[in-house]
Amino acid sequence: MAEKKNLVKELTKGFVAENPVLRLVLGTCPTLAVTTSVSSAIGMGLAAMIVLVCSNVVISALRKVIPDKVRIPAYIVIIASFVTIVQMVVKAFVPALDAALGVYLPLIVVNCIILGRAEAYASKNPVLASAIDGVGMGIGFTAALFLMATIREVFGAGTFMVGIKDLLSVFGDVSFNGFSVPFLNENPMLVFILPPGGFFVYGILMACANKLAESKGKPRAELRGCEACPMAQTCSLNKKEKEEVAANG
Amino acid sequence: MAKRLTVSASPHVRSKETATGIMLDVIIALLPALVMSVVYFGLRALVLTMTCVVTSVAAEFLSRKAMKRSNTIGDLSAVVTGIILAFNLPATLPLWMAVIGSIFAIVVVKQMFGGIGQNFVNPAMTARIVLMVSFPTAMAQWVAPFTDTWAADAVTTATPMASLAAVRGGDLAMATGLPSLADMFLGNHGGSMGEVCSVALICGGVYLLLRRVISPIIPFTFIGTVAVFMLLAGKGNLEFVAYELLGGGLMLGAFFMATDYSTSPLNKKGKLIFGIGCGLITSVIRIFGSLPEGVSFSIILMNILVPHIENMTTPKPFGTVKEKKEEAKA
Repeated sequence: MAEKKNLVKELTKGFVAENPVLRLVLGTCPTLAVTTSVSSAIGMGLAAMIVLVCSNVVISALRKVIPDKVRIPAYIVIIASFVTIVQMVVKAFVPALDAALGVYLPLIVVNCIILGRAEAYASKNPVLASAIDGVGMGIGFTAALFLMATIREVFGAGTFMVGIKDLLSVFGDVSFNGFSVPFLNENPMLVFILPPGGFFVYGILMACANKLAESKGKPRAELRGCEACPMAQTCSLNKKEKEEVAANG
Repeated sequence: MAKRLTVSASPHVRSKETATGIMLDVIIALLPALVMSVVYFGLRALVLTMTCVVTSVAAEFLSRKAMKRSNTIGDLSAVVTGIILAFNLPATLPLWMAVIGSIFAIVVVKQMFGGIGQNFVNPAMTARIVLMVSFPTAMAQWVAPFTDTWAADAVTTATPMASLAAVRGGDLAMATGLPSLADMFLGNHGGSMGEVCSVALICGGVYLLLRRVISPIIPFTFIGTVAVFMLLAGKGNLEFVAYELLGGGLMLGAFFMATDYSTSPLNKKGKLIFGIGCGLITSVIRIFGSLPEGVSFSIILMNILVPHIENMTTPKPFGTVKEKKEEAKA
Protein backbone atom coordinates (compact mmCIF):
# COMPACT_ATOMS: atom_id res chain seq x y z
CA MET A 1 0.00 0.00 0.00
CA ALA A 2 2.75 2.39 0.99
CA GLU A 3 4.59 1.51 -2.19
CA LYS A 4 1.52 2.31 -4.30
CA LYS A 5 1.14 5.69 -2.66
CA ASN A 6 4.79 6.43 -3.40
CA LEU A 7 4.32 5.62 -7.06
CA VAL A 8 1.38 8.00 -7.29
CA LYS A 9 3.58 10.65 -5.72
CA GLU A 10 6.34 9.92 -8.24
CA LEU A 11 3.81 10.54 -11.00
CA THR A 12 2.24 13.73 -9.68
CA LYS A 13 5.43 15.47 -8.53
CA GLY A 14 6.25 16.28 -12.15
CA PHE A 15 3.00 18.16 -12.70
CA VAL A 16 3.47 21.19 -10.47
CA ALA A 17 5.75 20.66 -7.47
CA GLU A 18 8.75 19.57 -9.57
CA ASN A 19 7.56 20.73 -12.97
CA PRO A 20 10.68 20.40 -15.13
CA VAL A 21 10.23 23.69 -16.98
CA LEU A 22 8.74 25.99 -14.38
CA ARG A 23 10.33 24.62 -11.19
CA LEU A 24 13.51 22.74 -12.13
CA VAL A 25 14.34 25.21 -14.96
CA LEU A 26 15.30 22.36 -17.31
CA GLY A 27 14.81 22.18 -21.07
CA THR A 28 14.44 25.94 -21.46
CA CYS A 29 15.80 26.01 -25.01
CA PRO A 30 13.07 23.89 -26.66
CA THR A 31 10.55 25.59 -24.37
CA LEU A 32 11.34 29.02 -25.75
CA ALA A 33 11.79 27.81 -29.31
CA VAL A 34 8.69 25.72 -30.02
CA THR A 35 6.04 27.51 -27.95
CA THR A 36 5.12 29.90 -30.76
CA SER A 37 2.29 27.54 -31.71
CA VAL A 38 0.20 25.20 -29.60
CA SER A 39 0.29 22.30 -32.03
CA SER A 40 4.08 22.19 -32.28
CA ALA A 41 4.30 22.55 -28.48
CA ILE A 42 2.09 19.49 -28.01
CA GLY A 43 4.14 17.58 -30.60
CA MET A 44 7.37 18.53 -28.87
CA GLY A 45 6.01 17.59 -25.45
CA LEU A 46 4.82 14.17 -26.60
CA ALA A 47 8.04 13.39 -28.50
CA ALA A 48 10.13 14.33 -25.48
CA MET A 49 7.86 12.31 -23.18
CA ILE A 50 8.24 9.15 -25.27
CA VAL A 51 12.02 9.51 -25.32
CA LEU A 52 12.04 10.31 -21.60
CA VAL A 53 10.03 7.24 -20.60
CA CYS A 54 11.99 4.86 -22.84
CA SER A 55 15.40 6.16 -21.84
CA ASN A 56 14.43 6.21 -18.15
CA VAL A 57 13.39 2.54 -18.36
CA VAL A 58 16.53 1.40 -20.17
CA ILE A 59 18.91 3.45 -18.07
CA SER A 60 17.26 2.26 -14.89
CA ALA A 61 17.47 -1.36 -16.07
CA LEU A 62 21.15 -0.96 -16.90
CA ARG A 63 22.03 1.18 -13.89
CA LYS A 64 24.11 -1.59 -12.27
CA VAL A 65 25.90 -2.47 -15.51
CA ILE A 66 26.95 1.00 -16.68
CA PRO A 67 30.34 1.93 -15.20
CA ASP A 68 30.19 5.14 -13.19
CA LYS A 69 33.05 6.81 -15.05
CA VAL A 70 31.50 6.56 -18.52
CA ARG A 71 27.86 6.91 -17.54
CA ILE A 72 27.19 10.17 -19.38
CA PRO A 73 28.35 8.84 -22.80
CA ALA A 74 26.35 5.67 -22.13
CA TYR A 75 23.23 7.69 -21.30
CA ILE A 76 23.68 9.81 -24.41
CA VAL A 77 23.96 6.70 -26.62
CA ILE A 78 20.73 5.30 -25.17
CA ILE A 79 18.89 8.64 -25.43
CA ALA A 80 20.18 9.24 -28.97
CA SER A 81 18.90 5.83 -30.09
CA PHE A 82 15.39 6.63 -28.89
CA VAL A 83 15.48 10.12 -30.36
CA THR A 84 16.48 8.64 -33.74
CA ILE A 85 13.56 6.22 -33.59
CA VAL A 86 11.11 8.99 -32.64
CA GLN A 87 12.47 11.25 -35.35
CA MET A 88 12.07 8.57 -38.01
CA VAL A 89 8.52 7.82 -36.87
CA VAL A 90 7.60 11.52 -36.89
CA LYS A 91 9.17 12.00 -40.33
CA ALA A 92 7.19 9.05 -41.69
CA PHE A 93 3.79 9.73 -40.16
CA VAL A 94 3.62 13.45 -39.27
CA PRO A 95 5.97 15.21 -41.73
CA ALA A 96 4.34 18.57 -40.98
CA LEU A 97 5.36 18.30 -37.31
CA ASP A 98 8.89 17.41 -38.37
CA ALA A 99 8.98 20.56 -40.48
CA ALA A 100 7.55 22.68 -37.64
CA LEU A 101 9.97 21.42 -34.99
CA GLY A 102 12.96 21.45 -37.34
CA VAL A 103 16.28 21.05 -35.56
CA TYR A 104 14.62 20.90 -32.13
CA LEU A 105 13.43 17.34 -32.73
CA PRO A 106 16.93 15.80 -33.04
CA LEU A 107 18.06 18.17 -30.30
CA ILE A 108 15.94 16.23 -27.80
CA VAL A 109 19.16 14.20 -27.45
CA VAL A 110 20.69 17.00 -25.42
CA ASN A 111 17.43 18.06 -23.71
CA CYS A 112 18.41 18.70 -20.10
CA ILE A 113 15.17 17.20 -18.79
CA ILE A 114 16.02 13.77 -20.20
CA LEU A 115 19.68 13.76 -19.18
CA GLY A 116 18.77 15.38 -15.86
CA ARG A 117 16.16 12.72 -15.00
CA ALA A 118 18.54 9.97 -16.12
CA GLU A 119 21.27 11.29 -13.86
CA ALA A 120 19.14 12.36 -10.91
CA TYR A 121 16.48 9.66 -10.91
CA ALA A 122 16.69 6.69 -13.31
CA SER A 123 20.29 5.85 -12.38
CA LYS A 124 19.28 5.41 -8.73
CA ASN A 125 15.77 3.94 -8.85
CA PRO A 126 14.07 0.72 -10.01
CA VAL A 127 12.54 0.37 -13.47
CA LEU A 128 8.85 0.87 -12.64
CA ALA A 129 9.44 3.98 -10.55
CA SER A 130 11.69 5.41 -13.30
CA ALA A 131 9.04 4.81 -15.95
CA ILE A 132 6.44 6.57 -13.81
CA ASP A 133 8.84 9.43 -13.13
CA GLY A 134 9.30 9.73 -16.90
CA VAL A 135 5.54 9.85 -17.50
CA GLY A 136 5.01 12.44 -14.77
CA MET A 137 7.87 14.64 -15.95
CA GLY A 138 6.71 14.27 -19.55
CA ILE A 139 3.19 15.36 -18.64
CA GLY A 140 4.59 18.30 -16.68
CA PHE A 141 6.78 19.31 -19.62
CA THR A 142 3.91 19.02 -22.11
CA ALA A 143 1.54 20.92 -19.83
CA ALA A 144 4.02 23.76 -19.32
CA LEU A 145 4.65 23.95 -23.07
CA PHE A 146 0.90 23.91 -23.74
CA LEU A 147 0.24 26.70 -21.26
CA MET A 148 3.04 28.88 -22.60
CA ALA A 149 2.18 28.20 -26.24
CA THR A 150 -1.49 29.01 -25.59
CA ILE A 151 -0.59 32.44 -24.23
CA ARG A 152 1.91 33.13 -27.00
CA GLU A 153 -0.24 31.91 -29.89
CA VAL A 154 -3.49 33.54 -28.74
CA PHE A 155 -1.94 36.95 -28.12
CA GLY A 156 0.83 36.85 -30.70
CA ALA A 157 -0.99 35.37 -33.68
CA GLY A 158 -4.65 35.62 -32.67
CA THR A 159 -5.17 31.92 -33.32
CA PHE A 160 -5.46 28.78 -31.21
CA MET A 161 -4.25 25.31 -32.16
CA VAL A 162 -3.78 26.11 -35.84
CA GLY A 163 -2.01 23.18 -37.51
CA ILE A 164 -3.37 20.60 -35.05
CA LYS A 165 -4.88 18.80 -38.06
CA ASP A 166 -1.48 17.44 -39.10
CA LEU A 167 -0.88 16.12 -35.61
CA LEU A 168 -4.30 14.47 -35.38
CA SER A 169 -4.09 13.01 -38.89
CA VAL A 170 -2.34 9.99 -37.34
CA PHE A 171 -5.70 8.95 -35.91
CA GLY A 172 -7.62 9.40 -39.14
CA ASP A 173 -9.18 12.27 -40.99
CA VAL A 174 -9.97 15.18 -38.67
CA SER A 175 -11.59 18.39 -39.83
CA PHE A 176 -10.77 20.44 -36.69
CA ASN A 177 -7.83 22.68 -37.38
CA GLY A 178 -7.89 25.26 -34.62
CA PHE A 179 -9.74 28.56 -34.72
CA SER A 180 -8.93 32.24 -34.71
CA VAL A 181 -9.66 34.54 -31.80
CA PRO A 182 -11.95 37.41 -32.95
CA PHE A 183 -10.32 40.71 -31.95
CA LEU A 184 -6.75 39.47 -31.54
CA ASN A 185 -6.80 37.95 -35.00
CA GLU A 186 -6.83 41.40 -36.57
CA ASN A 187 -4.48 43.01 -34.06
CA PRO A 188 -1.99 40.36 -33.00
CA MET A 189 0.63 41.57 -30.54
CA LEU A 190 3.61 40.24 -32.45
CA VAL A 191 6.02 40.55 -29.55
CA PHE A 192 4.53 37.41 -27.96
CA ILE A 193 5.63 35.31 -30.94
CA LEU A 194 9.11 36.83 -31.01
CA PRO A 195 11.94 35.68 -28.70
CA PRO A 196 11.66 38.59 -26.19
CA GLY A 197 7.96 37.81 -25.71
CA GLY A 198 8.90 34.19 -25.07
CA PHE A 199 11.25 35.22 -22.28
CA PHE A 200 8.65 37.57 -20.75
CA VAL A 201 5.94 34.89 -20.73
CA TYR A 202 8.37 32.29 -19.38
CA GLY A 203 9.52 34.58 -16.59
CA ILE A 204 5.99 35.51 -15.56
CA LEU A 205 4.84 31.87 -15.59
CA MET A 206 7.86 30.91 -13.51
CA ALA A 207 7.02 33.64 -11.01
CA CYS A 208 3.45 32.33 -10.79
CA ALA A 209 4.70 28.75 -10.26
CA ASN A 210 7.04 30.03 -7.54
CA LYS A 211 4.20 31.84 -5.84
CA LEU A 212 2.07 28.71 -6.01
CA ALA A 213 4.87 26.60 -4.55
CA GLU A 214 5.64 29.12 -1.83
CA SER A 215 2.02 29.14 -0.71
CA LYS A 216 2.36 25.39 -0.23
CA GLY A 217 5.54 25.84 1.79
CA LYS A 218 7.95 24.65 -0.91
CA PRO A 219 11.20 26.46 -1.71
CA ARG A 220 11.16 28.79 -4.72
CA ALA A 221 13.00 27.93 -7.91
CA GLU A 222 15.94 30.23 -8.43
CA LEU A 223 19.15 30.21 -10.37
CA ARG A 224 21.46 29.54 -7.47
CA GLY A 225 24.45 28.16 -9.33
CA CYS A 226 25.58 24.66 -8.36
CA GLU A 227 22.97 24.15 -5.67
CA ALA A 228 20.05 24.09 -8.07
CA CYS A 229 21.82 21.96 -10.66
CA PRO A 230 20.50 18.41 -11.05
CA MET A 231 24.11 17.25 -11.41
CA ALA A 232 25.17 18.80 -8.09
CA GLN A 233 25.42 15.44 -6.32
CA THR A 234 27.91 13.97 -8.75
CA CYS A 235 29.55 17.00 -10.30
CA SER A 236 33.35 17.05 -10.15
CA LEU A 237 33.43 20.79 -9.49
CA ASN A 238 31.06 20.41 -6.61
CA LYS A 239 33.03 17.46 -5.21
CA LYS A 240 36.21 19.52 -5.23
CA GLU A 241 34.46 22.31 -3.37
CA LYS A 242 33.10 19.90 -0.81
CA GLU A 243 36.55 18.40 -0.30
CA GLU A 244 37.99 21.86 0.19
CA VAL A 245 35.32 22.68 2.74
CA ALA A 246 36.01 19.39 4.51
CA ALA A 247 39.78 20.01 4.50
CA ASN A 248 39.45 23.55 5.80
CA GLY A 249 37.38 22.61 8.69
CA MET B 1 17.31 72.52 21.72
CA ALA B 2 17.75 68.89 22.58
CA LYS B 3 16.08 67.98 19.33
CA ARG B 4 18.69 69.85 17.32
CA LEU B 5 21.53 67.92 18.87
CA THR B 6 20.37 64.43 18.01
CA VAL B 7 23.27 62.01 17.89
CA SER B 8 22.80 59.47 15.17
CA ALA B 9 24.65 57.37 12.62
CA SER B 10 25.52 58.83 9.24
CA PRO B 11 24.31 60.29 6.87
CA HIS B 12 24.40 63.63 8.68
CA VAL B 13 23.82 65.92 5.75
CA ARG B 14 20.21 65.95 4.69
CA SER B 15 18.69 67.42 1.56
CA LYS B 16 15.21 68.74 1.05
CA GLU B 17 15.17 67.12 -2.38
CA THR B 18 12.52 64.44 -2.73
CA ALA B 19 11.57 62.02 -5.48
CA THR B 20 8.31 63.91 -5.89
CA GLY B 21 10.14 67.22 -6.27
CA ILE B 22 12.49 65.83 -8.91
CA MET B 23 9.64 64.25 -10.85
CA LEU B 24 7.71 67.53 -10.67
CA ASP B 25 10.72 69.29 -12.22
CA VAL B 26 10.82 66.70 -15.02
CA ILE B 27 7.09 67.22 -15.66
CA ILE B 28 7.61 71.00 -15.83
CA ALA B 29 10.49 70.45 -18.27
CA LEU B 30 8.28 68.24 -20.44
CA LEU B 31 5.43 70.77 -20.58
CA PRO B 32 6.73 72.94 -23.48
CA ALA B 33 7.09 69.85 -25.69
CA LEU B 34 3.61 68.72 -24.64
CA VAL B 35 2.13 72.10 -25.60
CA MET B 36 3.93 71.97 -28.95
CA SER B 37 2.68 68.44 -29.63
CA VAL B 38 -0.89 69.64 -29.09
CA VAL B 39 -0.22 72.62 -31.38
CA TYR B 40 1.09 70.36 -34.14
CA PHE B 41 -1.05 67.25 -33.80
CA GLY B 42 -4.27 68.65 -32.36
CA LEU B 43 -6.34 67.67 -29.38
CA ARG B 44 -5.71 63.99 -30.06
CA ALA B 45 -2.14 64.42 -28.84
CA LEU B 46 -3.48 65.62 -25.49
CA VAL B 47 -6.02 62.79 -25.31
CA LEU B 48 -3.30 60.22 -26.06
CA THR B 49 -0.98 61.73 -23.45
CA MET B 50 -3.73 61.78 -20.83
CA THR B 51 -4.57 58.16 -21.66
CA CYS B 52 -0.96 57.14 -21.07
CA VAL B 53 -0.70 59.14 -17.84
CA VAL B 54 -4.00 57.91 -16.37
CA THR B 55 -3.28 54.28 -17.32
CA SER B 56 0.26 54.47 -15.92
CA VAL B 57 -0.89 55.89 -12.59
CA ALA B 58 -3.78 53.41 -12.35
CA ALA B 59 -1.46 50.51 -13.24
CA GLU B 60 1.03 51.64 -10.61
CA PHE B 61 -1.68 51.94 -7.95
CA LEU B 62 -3.32 48.60 -8.75
CA SER B 63 -0.11 46.60 -9.16
CA ARG B 64 1.31 47.95 -5.87
CA LYS B 65 -1.98 47.03 -4.21
CA ALA B 66 -1.99 43.54 -5.74
CA MET B 67 1.59 42.96 -4.58
CA LYS B 68 0.70 44.25 -1.10
CA ARG B 69 3.27 47.03 -1.27
CA SER B 70 3.04 50.66 -0.21
CA ASN B 71 1.24 53.08 -2.47
CA THR B 72 3.79 55.06 -4.52
CA ILE B 73 1.72 57.05 -6.97
CA GLY B 74 2.50 60.16 -4.91
CA ASP B 75 6.09 60.25 -6.20
CA LEU B 76 4.73 61.18 -9.67
CA SER B 77 7.17 58.85 -11.43
CA ALA B 78 4.27 57.06 -13.13
CA VAL B 79 3.07 60.41 -14.49
CA VAL B 80 6.53 61.04 -15.97
CA THR B 81 6.63 57.56 -17.50
CA GLY B 82 3.19 58.12 -19.04
CA ILE B 83 4.14 61.48 -20.56
CA ILE B 84 7.45 60.20 -21.95
CA LEU B 85 5.79 57.10 -23.40
CA ALA B 86 3.14 59.26 -25.09
CA PHE B 87 5.92 61.47 -26.52
CA ASN B 88 7.31 58.36 -28.22
CA LEU B 89 4.08 57.45 -29.99
CA PRO B 90 2.63 58.61 -33.28
CA ALA B 91 -0.42 60.85 -32.76
CA THR B 92 -2.70 58.49 -34.71
CA LEU B 93 -2.05 55.44 -32.51
CA PRO B 94 -5.27 53.72 -31.33
CA LEU B 95 -5.83 54.51 -27.66
CA TRP B 96 -6.00 50.86 -26.57
CA MET B 97 -2.46 50.32 -27.86
CA ALA B 98 -1.28 53.21 -25.70
CA VAL B 99 -3.05 51.57 -22.75
CA ILE B 100 -1.20 48.28 -23.38
CA GLY B 101 2.10 50.16 -23.62
CA SER B 102 1.52 52.01 -20.35
CA ILE B 103 0.53 48.84 -18.49
CA PHE B 104 3.60 47.07 -19.85
CA ALA B 105 5.90 49.94 -18.82
CA ILE B 106 4.58 50.15 -15.28
CA VAL B 107 3.66 46.56 -14.39
CA VAL B 108 6.23 44.45 -16.24
CA VAL B 109 9.27 46.72 -16.49
CA LYS B 110 8.92 48.74 -13.28
CA GLN B 111 6.83 47.04 -10.60
CA MET B 112 7.86 43.45 -11.31
CA PHE B 113 11.46 44.47 -10.71
CA GLY B 114 10.62 46.27 -7.46
CA GLY B 115 9.21 49.69 -8.34
CA ILE B 116 10.85 53.10 -8.52
CA GLY B 117 14.65 52.96 -8.66
CA GLN B 118 14.71 49.20 -9.23
CA ASN B 119 13.92 48.95 -12.94
CA PHE B 120 16.93 47.87 -15.00
CA VAL B 121 15.77 49.48 -18.23
CA ASN B 122 13.81 52.64 -18.93
CA PRO B 123 10.10 51.68 -18.68
CA ALA B 124 8.78 54.13 -21.28
CA MET B 125 11.53 53.23 -23.74
CA THR B 126 10.92 49.49 -23.36
CA ALA B 127 7.17 49.97 -23.76
CA ARG B 128 7.80 51.92 -26.97
CA ILE B 129 9.97 49.10 -28.35
CA VAL B 130 7.38 46.46 -27.37
CA LEU B 131 4.68 48.47 -29.15
CA MET B 132 6.93 49.02 -32.14
CA VAL B 133 7.69 45.31 -32.44
CA SER B 134 4.08 44.29 -31.77
CA PHE B 135 2.21 46.74 -33.98
CA PRO B 136 4.72 47.73 -36.66
CA THR B 137 2.16 49.38 -38.99
CA ALA B 138 0.27 51.38 -36.36
CA MET B 139 3.55 52.55 -34.83
CA ALA B 140 4.79 53.88 -38.16
CA GLN B 141 1.73 55.97 -39.08
CA TRP B 142 3.47 59.31 -39.01
CA VAL B 143 1.23 62.20 -39.99
CA ALA B 144 2.32 65.68 -40.96
CA PRO B 145 1.57 68.44 -38.41
CA PHE B 146 -1.74 70.30 -38.72
CA THR B 147 -3.54 67.34 -40.31
CA ASP B 148 -6.72 65.91 -38.83
CA THR B 149 -5.36 63.17 -36.55
CA TRP B 150 -8.86 61.91 -35.74
CA ALA B 151 -9.59 60.97 -39.35
CA ALA B 152 -9.26 57.27 -40.02
CA ASP B 153 -7.48 57.93 -43.30
CA ALA B 154 -5.10 60.65 -42.14
CA VAL B 155 -2.40 61.17 -44.76
CA THR B 156 0.90 59.73 -43.58
CA THR B 157 4.23 61.31 -44.26
CA ALA B 158 7.86 60.20 -44.16
CA THR B 159 9.78 61.27 -41.09
CA PRO B 160 13.00 63.20 -41.70
CA MET B 161 14.85 60.17 -40.31
CA ALA B 162 13.40 57.92 -43.02
CA SER B 163 14.34 60.47 -45.70
CA LEU B 164 17.87 60.69 -44.29
CA ALA B 165 18.23 56.92 -43.97
CA ALA B 166 17.37 56.55 -47.63
CA VAL B 167 20.50 58.48 -48.66
CA ARG B 168 22.80 56.89 -46.02
CA GLY B 169 24.89 59.92 -45.20
CA GLY B 170 25.20 60.73 -48.87
CA ASP B 171 24.06 63.77 -50.79
CA LEU B 172 21.34 65.74 -48.95
CA ALA B 173 19.99 67.04 -52.27
CA MET B 174 19.07 63.46 -53.10
CA ALA B 175 16.86 63.12 -50.00
CA THR B 176 13.18 63.58 -50.76
CA GLY B 177 10.64 65.23 -48.50
CA LEU B 178 13.19 66.74 -46.14
CA PRO B 179 11.83 69.81 -44.27
CA SER B 180 13.90 72.96 -43.93
CA LEU B 181 16.31 73.23 -41.00
CA ALA B 182 14.10 75.87 -39.38
CA ASP B 183 11.14 73.49 -39.53
CA MET B 184 13.33 70.75 -38.05
CA PHE B 185 14.19 73.07 -35.17
CA LEU B 186 10.60 74.18 -34.56
CA GLY B 187 9.14 70.71 -35.06
CA ASN B 188 7.06 71.27 -38.17
CA HIS B 189 7.61 67.76 -39.57
CA GLY B 190 6.34 64.20 -39.17
CA GLY B 191 7.39 62.09 -36.21
CA SER B 192 6.47 60.96 -32.71
CA MET B 193 4.27 63.44 -30.83
CA GLY B 194 6.85 64.72 -28.39
CA GLU B 195 10.08 64.33 -30.31
CA VAL B 196 9.41 66.70 -33.21
CA CYS B 197 9.87 70.08 -31.49
CA SER B 198 13.59 70.26 -30.76
CA VAL B 199 13.46 73.80 -29.38
CA ALA B 200 10.88 72.87 -26.72
CA LEU B 201 12.88 69.79 -25.71
CA ILE B 202 16.09 71.81 -25.49
CA CYS B 203 14.32 74.39 -23.29
CA GLY B 204 13.14 71.58 -21.02
CA GLY B 205 16.61 70.07 -20.96
CA VAL B 206 18.20 73.41 -20.05
CA TYR B 207 15.65 73.83 -17.25
CA LEU B 208 16.60 70.40 -15.84
CA LEU B 209 20.31 71.27 -16.12
CA LEU B 210 19.81 74.61 -14.35
CA ARG B 211 17.77 72.96 -11.60
CA ARG B 212 20.58 70.39 -11.37
CA VAL B 213 18.08 67.57 -11.76
CA ILE B 214 20.25 65.98 -14.45
CA SER B 215 23.98 66.09 -14.95
CA PRO B 216 25.14 67.57 -18.27
CA ILE B 217 27.56 64.70 -18.95
CA ILE B 218 25.17 62.16 -20.47
CA PRO B 219 23.19 64.48 -22.80
CA PHE B 220 26.30 66.30 -24.00
CA THR B 221 28.41 63.19 -24.65
CA PHE B 222 25.42 61.45 -26.26
CA ILE B 223 24.66 64.33 -28.64
CA GLY B 224 28.38 65.08 -29.10
CA THR B 225 29.21 61.52 -30.10
CA VAL B 226 26.37 61.49 -32.63
CA ALA B 227 27.62 64.85 -34.01
CA VAL B 228 31.19 63.60 -34.43
CA PHE B 229 30.07 60.34 -36.00
CA MET B 230 27.72 62.12 -38.41
CA LEU B 231 30.43 64.64 -39.31
CA LEU B 232 32.59 61.71 -40.42
CA ALA B 233 29.71 59.86 -42.09
CA GLY B 234 28.57 62.97 -43.95
CA LYS B 235 32.16 63.78 -44.98
CA GLY B 236 32.15 67.11 -43.18
CA ASN B 237 28.71 68.27 -44.32
CA LEU B 238 27.53 70.44 -41.43
CA GLU B 239 23.97 70.66 -42.74
CA PHE B 240 23.73 66.88 -42.61
CA VAL B 241 24.98 66.91 -39.00
CA ALA B 242 22.33 69.47 -38.08
CA TYR B 243 19.57 67.36 -39.60
CA GLU B 244 20.78 64.27 -37.75
CA LEU B 245 20.94 66.10 -34.41
CA LEU B 246 17.50 67.71 -34.71
CA GLY B 247 15.76 64.70 -36.24
CA GLY B 248 14.33 61.65 -34.59
CA GLY B 249 14.26 61.15 -30.85
CA LEU B 250 17.80 62.31 -30.11
CA MET B 251 16.93 65.42 -28.07
CA LEU B 252 14.12 63.67 -26.19
CA GLY B 253 16.27 60.59 -25.57
CA ALA B 254 19.43 62.45 -24.57
CA PHE B 255 17.80 64.87 -22.10
CA PHE B 256 14.89 62.89 -20.68
CA MET B 257 15.46 59.17 -21.11
CA ALA B 258 19.19 58.46 -21.04
CA THR B 259 19.42 60.51 -17.83
CA ASP B 260 16.93 58.36 -15.87
CA TYR B 261 18.55 57.90 -12.43
CA SER B 262 17.94 54.21 -11.95
CA THR B 263 19.17 53.20 -15.39
CA SER B 264 22.27 55.35 -15.81
CA PRO B 265 25.67 55.14 -14.07
CA LEU B 266 26.28 57.04 -10.83
CA ASN B 267 29.70 58.61 -11.27
CA LYS B 268 31.21 60.89 -13.88
CA LYS B 269 33.43 58.34 -15.62
CA GLY B 270 30.54 55.91 -15.91
CA LYS B 271 28.24 58.62 -17.27
CA LEU B 272 30.88 59.47 -19.89
CA ILE B 273 31.09 55.85 -21.07
CA PHE B 274 27.28 55.59 -21.03
CA GLY B 275 26.77 58.74 -23.12
CA ILE B 276 29.42 57.82 -25.69
CA GLY B 277 28.00 54.29 -25.95
CA CYS B 278 24.49 55.62 -26.55
CA GLY B 279 25.78 58.00 -29.22
CA LEU B 280 27.80 55.31 -30.98
CA ILE B 281 24.97 52.76 -31.10
CA THR B 282 22.49 55.40 -32.25
CA SER B 283 24.80 56.52 -35.06
CA VAL B 284 25.66 52.99 -36.16
CA ILE B 285 21.96 52.06 -36.37
CA ARG B 286 21.11 55.27 -38.23
CA ILE B 287 23.87 54.90 -40.82
CA PHE B 288 24.22 51.12 -41.23
CA GLY B 289 21.05 49.63 -39.75
CA SER B 290 17.84 48.73 -41.50
CA LEU B 291 15.81 50.95 -39.14
CA PRO B 292 15.86 54.71 -39.70
CA GLU B 293 16.15 55.53 -35.98
CA GLY B 294 18.22 53.98 -33.20
CA VAL B 295 17.89 56.18 -30.10
CA SER B 296 15.50 53.83 -28.28
CA PHE B 297 17.60 50.73 -28.93
CA SER B 298 20.84 52.46 -27.97
CA ILE B 299 19.42 53.61 -24.63
CA ILE B 300 18.02 50.15 -23.83
CA LEU B 301 21.31 48.44 -24.73
CA MET B 302 23.34 50.84 -22.62
CA ASN B 303 20.81 50.50 -19.75
CA ILE B 304 21.57 46.79 -19.70
CA LEU B 305 25.32 47.51 -19.61
CA VAL B 306 25.04 49.92 -16.66
CA PRO B 307 25.85 47.35 -13.92
CA HIS B 308 29.06 46.44 -15.78
CA ILE B 309 29.97 50.10 -16.31
CA GLU B 310 29.44 50.68 -12.58
CA ASN B 311 31.72 47.74 -11.76
CA MET B 312 34.43 49.11 -14.04
CA THR B 313 34.27 52.66 -12.71
CA THR B 314 33.80 52.15 -8.97
CA PRO B 315 35.89 54.94 -7.44
CA LYS B 316 38.71 54.15 -5.03
CA PRO B 317 37.84 55.16 -1.46
CA PHE B 318 40.02 58.08 -0.29
CA GLY B 319 43.24 56.98 1.34
CA THR B 320 43.20 53.34 0.24
CA VAL B 321 45.94 51.70 -1.75
CA LYS B 322 45.06 49.86 -4.92
CA GLU B 323 45.17 46.11 -4.40
CA LYS B 324 48.04 44.51 -6.28
CA LYS B 325 47.16 41.85 -8.81
CA GLU B 326 49.38 39.15 -7.29
CA GLU B 327 47.88 39.73 -3.90
CA ALA B 328 44.39 39.51 -5.28
CA LYS B 329 45.20 36.19 -6.86
CA ALA B 330 46.65 34.58 -3.75
